[in-house]
Amino acid sequence: MKIKKSKVNLWSSTTLSLLILYTIFLIIPLIMLLSESFIDRDTGQFTLDNFQRFFGKKYYYSTLFNSFKVTVLVTAIAVALGTTLAYFFARFEIKGAKTLRILVILSSMSAPFVGAYSWILLLGRNGVVTKFFEGLFGIQMPDIYGFKGILLVLSLQLYPLIFLYVSGAFSNVDNSLLEASENLGCTGVKRFFKVIVPLIFPTVLAGALLVFMRCFSDFGTPMLIGEGYRTFPVTIYDAYMSELGGNNGFAASIAIIAIIVTLVIFLIQKHIANKNAFTMNSINKIRPVKIEGIQNSLIHIYAYLLIALSIAPQVYVIYTSFRNVNGTVFTSGYSLNSYVIAFSKMGNAIRNTLIIPLISLTFVLIFAVFIAYLVVRKRSKITAVIDTVSMVPYIVPGIVVGIALSNTFSRPPMVLTGSMTIMVIALIIRRLPYTIRSSVATLQQIPMSIEEASLSLGASNVKTFWKITIPMMSAGIISGAILSWITMISELASAILLYTGKTRTLTIEVYTQVLRGNYGVAAALASILAVLTTLSLVLFNKVNKGRDLSM
Amino acid sequence: MSVAIDINHALKKYGKNVIIPDLNLKIEDGEFFTLLGPSGCGKTTLLRMIAGFNSIEGGEFYFDDNIINELDPSKRNIGMVFQNYAIFPHLTVRANVEFGLNNRDFNKKEIGPMADKFLKLMQIFEYRDRMPENLSGGQQQRVALARALVITPDVLLMDEPLSNLDAKLRLEMRQAIRDIQKEVGITTVYVTHDQEEAMAISDRIAVMELGEIQQIGTPQAIYHRPVNEFVASFIGRTNFITADCDKDEVDVLGHKVRVKDLDYKGKVKVSIRPEEFMLTDDTNTIKAIIKDTIFLGLNTHFFMELPNKQIVEIIKESMIDSKIETGKTVYLTINVDKVNVYTEDGTNNLVIAHEN
Ligand SMILES: Nc1ncnc2c1ncn2[C@@H]1O[C@H](COP(=O)(O)OP(=O)(O)OP(=O)(O)O)[C@@H](O)[C@H]1O
Ligand SMILES: [Mg+2]
Repeated sequence: MKIKKSKVNLWSSTTLSLLILYTIFLIIPLIMLLSESFIDRDTGQFTLDNFQRFFGKKYYYSTLFNSFKVTVLVTAIAVALGTTLAYFFARFEIKGAKTLRILVILSSMSAPFVGAYSWILLLGRNGVVTKFFEGLFGIQMPDIYGFKGILLVLSLQLYPLIFLYVSGAFSNVDNSLLEASENLGCTGVKRFFKVIVPLIFPTVLAGALLVFMRCFSDFGTPMLIGEGYRTFPVTIYDAYMSELGGNNGFAASIAIIAIIVTLVIFLIQKHIANKNAFTMNSINKIRPVKIEGIQNSLIHIYAYLLIALSIAPQVYVIYTSFRNVNGTVFTSGYSLNSYVIAFSKMGNAIRNTLIIPLISLTFVLIFAVFIAYLVVRKRSKITAVIDTVSMVPYIVPGIVVGIALSNTFSRPPMVLTGSMTIMVIALIIRRLPYTIRSSVATLQQIPMSIEEASLSLGASNVKTFWKITIPMMSAGIISGAILSWITMISELASAILLYTGKTRTLTIEVYTQVLRGNYGVAAALASILAVLTTLSLVLFNKVNKGRDLSM
Repeated sequence: MSVAIDINHALKKYGKNVIIPDLNLKIEDGEFFTLLGPSGCGKTTLLRMIAGFNSIEGGEFYFDDNIINELDPSKRNIGMVFQNYAIFPHLTVRANVEFGLNNRDFNKKEIGPMADKFLKLMQIFEYRDRMPENLSGGQQQRVALARALVITPDVLLMDEPLSNLDAKLRLEMRQAIRDIQKEVGITTVYVTHDQEEAMAISDRIAVMELGEIQQIGTPQAIYHRPVNEFVASFIGRTNFITADCDKDEVDVLGHKVRVKDLDYKGKVKVSIRPEEFMLTDDTNTIKAIIKDTIFLGLNTHFFMELPNKQIVEIIKESMIDSKIETGKTVYLTINVDKVNVYTEDGTNNLVIAHEN
């Protein structure tokens, strides 16, 4: 029985290392944040001053409501758009479905603020579309800034996540379930709501939570297009920037409030999800069918219009990157000038944009697979702790991660601020929960008996893990990796607080250039970013051998 | 190189639920042993304990003289056919079948032909390069069978391996399993719902209920001498008639018969299988009115009402011009060599009790 013991040790030492890492890089920074917000740095006394300040002024607390309003609406819209689109793609033959699918993913790839910036170029005060309508009809276009703008940008930005999640769920719905319901006299819209919606409900719920978290903690979009409409993350950022170097108490307190809000939402979602949990496993996937007539046209119009709208900002940014620029104003004619400037200035930003996420992704994948395996297959009290802790970053907004890390690691015993390491750590912390979730979900859907079959056929535990478990998880892991990679290279929230001249990334650079009004350079950099993401998508597609991306 | 399986006082709990309270079983080397029992009685649970996938809460499991309670499943040299197939979805049919061979010290050159042999035997050779998701349920099941058989394990565990096949394939596969099992002499534990299959294929059968073994015996013993009312009713069909017993004389609704090897006084339950009733002209027997008949080709089933209003089922070979029609009155006597007599609570077979 010696063999058995050493195996137990492998898994328990993995568990222990994970716990230690989580403690150093997540728990301690969060505790520091907590103490910062409740303890007066000068007197060392417990204080509620910071919270009183926040809730005492409408200027501050109203941002909480603003964020809520935007987030709830965006989530609802994204769910409606994403679910219907995924359903159409799963059920009906849509011309160019493959390309459309890629476009949807592409449109979600950019940082949301790029969308915001592009919509300003299109629909803003001096926007092309605005000017066009004014010049032609004398019509005053509705204002894009503020609440409406945020809503538009984030809805279009985030519904693809629901689309991806739900498409994945559809690939797990066995076709015989649909046939059975048809057989029992339940078809069409009725079947959609009675059979399909309940089947994909847990997935929609998970996707909705993701959208909620993204939206609630998005910082770039309201910064650019929000104007007077202030949201919560903007407030945190402002507070942190104004306190920089000194007492971070106020920013820390707002950060704590943000965590409490997201925690509550998370717990509510979890409660609902637990009540509706079940697993599915499909042998016969749903195959899209060809339909005719008006229904067919409507579905096509819906799909094409929605996807055109979501990809428009990126296309327009790429287009403007080739236009001539004079200072902050686009002039007539086309050239590569913006690119020349971009490359001459931003060489290391491009490199950083590849290296930092790549290192992070490697760690994320390794951690995620191990944690998922521990959590699902080696259940114990300790792995349950890891499970819970690993989900903490899910509810901590990026900007708060940034604050917590830079707070903790700007002083001994471990000084990391300004290094690439801290950017990598931030990304790992930020993205790990997502990859863990997708790995866990995949693993849960693999019946235990398949691994048992492998064991009974004489494969060792380790061999079963590598030859059976990992390959069966690979679809899930890869799709998790894609999502992680996408969000990593467009990460702004945590990076904006951690970067230095040496570790700036393309995303940060685009953002700062937009703020400075260097639209040409910003557009060129954003285009490079878009090309980069497109290429990685193509690469992943190759690796995935043309299987469904969203699986 | 098969083994005998010895199970002593096995205990299985899921949380607080006791599924198998105390089970003892000895399966001979090379034996074809079948577990039969109603759904949920613990057949899969027991099988998985033998395979090493379920924790064992108590008792000892032996392969020959070696205790295997803690032995890693991959070291048990077991072939298992899972109730839900458990085909590797990411491997082709052939790769599925070869998987176990690759884990053993086989010459790479031998593996291909060995897999081919079993693919052909299971009639899935033509699908060898397909992915499992493109196979029908029955085809997948045969992949699972081939995968388990090809490694010629010490012990073969099969959980309803033929449940998804049509009648013809079922017979063919049944024969194939039996042939391979005999040829190699693999100790086999087989789970099925199909009694006929169990009878046809098994050396011995264990009838289980609620995690307890009710009876172990050859198909003949189980069918002809069920130890209690549960086994008698679960295996085949039977009619129970309450009667009075005095020594070896049983009074079945006024018809007195002598049953060999019986010595009891009091109320009893007589178990008479449909074929153990005989028609007679003697009116001093049991009077019955025919209520319904079902023609099944070889045999015809009759449902008859006895004087106590009980409906019993009787089977006779079908005849060209049957004179027994619904509504008619007939007289019945009993094949006393075959009937079984149970105590009134059904727990004891009084005939066996005396035979032994
Ligand atoms: N993982 C589990 N947790 C709790 N109870 C279980 C578990 N697996 C099985 N059981 C219970 O144990 C009992 C025996 O189950 P088992 O699967 O062994 O039945 P079975 O005889 O194989 O039935 P069937 O013929 O329907 O396959 C059932 O009551 C079942 O509900
Ligand atoms: Mg079973």
